[in-house]
Amino acid sequence: MSAFFSPFISKSDSVSAIMLRVMLALIPGIALYVWYFGPAILVSMTLASLTALTVEAAMLKIRHRPIAPFLKDNSALLTAWLIALSIPPLAPWWLVVVGTAFAIAIAKHLYGGLGNNPFNPAMIAYAVLIVSFPVQMTHWLAPLNMGGAELNFMQQLHYLLTGALPDGIKLDAVSMATPLDTLKTQLHLAHPVSEILTQPIFGSLAGHGSEMVALGFLIGGLYLLATRIISWHLPVAYLGSLFLIAGAFHLADPTHYATPVFHWFAGATMLGAFFILTDPVSSPTTHKGKLIFAAGAALLTYLIRVFGAFPDGMAFAVLLMNICVPLIDAYTRPKIFGNKEQQS
Amino acid sequence: MKTLHKFHGGIHPPTHKTESTRTPIARLPMPAKLVIPFHQHVGNIAKPLVQVGDYVLKGQLIGLPEDGISSAIHASTSGTISEIGMQVVAHASGLPDLCATLIPDGKDEWIARETTDYRSATPEQVRKVLRMAGVVGLGGAVFPSDLKLRIGKHAIKTLVINGAECEPYITCDDMLMRERAEEIIKGAEIMRWALAAEEILIGIEDNKPEAILAMQIATRASSDNIQIIAVPTLYPGGGAKQLIRVLTGIEVAAGVRSTDKGVQCFNVATAQSIYRALQFGEPLVARIVTVTGNVKNAQNLEVLIGTPVGDLLSFAGALPDTDSSIMGGPMMGLPLPNSEVSIVKAANCIIASSPKLFPAAPPAMPCIRCTRCAEVCPAELQPQDLYWFAKAKDFGKAQEFNLFDCIECGACSYVCPSSIPLVQYYRFAKSEIWARESEKNASDAARERFEFREYRTEREKIEKAEKLAAKEKAAAAAKVEAAKTAAAQPIANAAVSAPQDDAQAKIQAAIEHAKQQAAAAKPKNTEQLTPQQQATIADIEARRARIQELAASDVAAPKE
Repeated sequence: MSAFFSPFISKSDSVSAIMLRVMLALIPGIALYVWYFGPAILVSMTLASLTALTVEAAMLKIRHRPIAPFLKDNSALLTAWLIALSIPPLAPWWLVVVGTAFAIAIAKHLYGGLGNNPFNPAMIAYAVLIVSFPVQMTHWLAPLNMGGAELNFMQQLHYLLTGALPDGIKLDAVSMATPLDTLKTQLHLAHPVSEILTQPIFGSLAGHGSEMVALGFLIGGLYLLATRIISWHLPVAYLGSLFLIAGAFHLADPTHYATPVFHWFAGATMLGAFFILTDPVSSPTTHKGKLIFAAGAALLTYLIRVFGAFPDGMAFAVLLMNICVPLIDAYTRPKIFGNKEQQS
Repeated sequence: MKTLHKFHGGIHPPTHKTESTRTPIARLPMPAKLVIPFHQHVGNIAKPLVQVGDYVLKGQLIGLPEDGISSAIHASTSGTISEIGMQVVAHASGLPDLCATLIPDGKDEWIARETTDYRSATPEQVRKVLRMAGVVGLGGAVFPSDLKLRIGKHAIKTLVINGAECEPYITCDDMLMRERAEEIIKGAEIMRWALAAEEILIGIEDNKPEAILAMQIATRASSDNIQIIAVPTLYPGGGAKQLIRVLTGIEVAAGVRSTDKGVQCFNVATAQSIYRALQFGEPLVARIVTVTGNVKNAQNLEVLIGTPVGDLLSFAGALPDTDSSIMGGPMMGLPLPNSEVSIVKAANCIIASSPKLFPAAPPAMPCIRCTRCAEVCPAELQPQDLYWFAKAKDFGKAQEFNLFDCIECGACSYVCPSSIPLVQYYRFAKSEIWARESEKNASDAARERFEFREYRTEREKIEKAEKLAAKEKAAAAAKVEAAKTAAAQPIANAAVSAPQDDAQAKIQAAIEHAKQQAAAAKPKNTEQLTPQQQATIADIEARRARIQELAASDVAAPKE
């Protein structure tokens, strides 16, 4: 017998293929990242990938699960890439290793592995690192071609592995605070938004360079939407809600609150909208639930960004909303066929 | 142009229909033997009327419909009954069932047939003719057609004729519509008459332009209010509920009859059989079967009921790597236990299967909650949740999430990126729930019997005491009032007869109590099931019995 029960046919679109396509969709953003900030990000992505695969294999072995099919599902690799993209490329090499190992071992496998983690593993990694190593988590690269000191690839690699910079170059010269962080600090110094945004690290939309990376993630996200790997509900509700909230604050007081477009292209907004929120395992399953989840995440992102202590709010917003997923799913179950109106 | 409605979800599997529509319907040569099961329909098995050695004519009644839901069984050709006994049949349970083996004499000689002019008959008479002609739903449900033609509480406005044929590979309805459209239309007219329906809507998926054209030509001669409607090709658009939704916009919920909403639905082949049964007095002894898949000449054959599946496969030229066959389509079909089983009334298609044609699914990965299943579910369920509950054996939750609204169309399994056999999980959960309920009912009955016995013992004790007291009293009265013997007698009689009345009332009360308990014990989700669903329950229980049998044999084996 070739098969024992119906249906005997299926559409070949495996978990592994889906994950791979999501990784492909990250490539425009990564390419622009390399273009504007140099290839250091590729090093941390490689480190994260190797860590993820090693820890995944080890955890599968400890849990007596088949190793090959799960290593091939690409889910650990995707998590690794998202972690690498979320943390500063100039952070010491062990930071990305610790974060990735924590994500795979604790946030994924201790909860039961693929399909069972209530929290987004990449965001858990970010949260653990920002709480445990706040200083190292500020080592963001300054964009290239801004007239300051620059590191070539070998110098970046050397610094990542040994922590030593070439003579005459200080860390402050090659790293910088993120646009969101700069905005927050400058606002505390009572500068108006319009004045702050004239500083060289800001570009035409948000941060110089980083806005283009965000644009790359947007393009990749649109590809995921077009190929129906993800549904529109999460990204549209997230970006829409963030736009409305930021817009309301901006309209009320433009000297203290940046524009909604700034919030779209600053920080992790685009990466989050298309690649983080859309993790199917840790987000709601119903359409209405997805809208609520994304709107809640947008509100929390904005509140943490603008009024909180952390430079970006994406990770905590997602994790807080992850907690609500079972509740959201339970209360948004759609009506089924034949039961939409009161039966007569 | 009629406004069409949409149903949620659906999939577009490769149709593979053109392979079997290249040649007209052919007639299969007379098989060497026919194995005719007495149970080919939903409901009660037909009562055998023949014995081994009997000579029968084509169309002769050999199985009498039992009371209630049942249908007649006929000899498919003339010949001799060589055996009556249990044989493996094409059924989900894989269990043997009572069959008559018929050795054809090659003459194919018909029994005397008579025409019934329905216009001069009553609907009741027409239904009786159909019942005795063994006409059942040929779309696969095999529900007795006469019962579906009864007018219930609600008037029928729309008669839907299902020519959608949404399952891949199957083309028997397509070919029937191309070649015998007039008979289908005439059958539909008879049904409209019996149901006093206003309009006839015939839905055909738009990937069958030839059938649509043939049916349109055939309707020209017909009266008004009959429409041929091309519906979008979308699996499972040929499901009765989905087609009714597309054509009328009405959604028939699970556990509700479509007739309560003024709609009745029949398959095109059923319409044609109804016409043949009345016009020519022909009982249902043959049907059109698509033979396709791993064969040289995929085609449609007119096949006598009871023909071994192997005859069809060899006629169509099954390729050497054929290792099994499927009855029905690749989405909802039934894997056949072997090629000896015979064509039954439900057999619309036989697909020769090979490991290359239908490769085994890769090992299932965990569910990642991607909800592709929910996107395609025509019943608008949350398959990912149902899977979770079925896997955890949380059957209460599964029922709460409308497990029984699942029509097992397989769309969820088809799109699942983790290759989880979702439908199997739902079938498992359904059969477990039904099994538990029947066990619960059995234990309830046992408990009630026990309680009643306790109660009866107690009651008898009391009655004995009362009787004794009455006797003593009577004796004392007799003693004391010896002089008034004649007068005292009736009083004693009355004293004895009173407790008897009392006892009867108590028994009555206990029975009432037991009845109420039985009613209260009924599960909420299986209340008011339609006969089709009851039949599904029976099917699943049979399947489950087989699984238990297999399990028992596994356990028993090492002991030997």
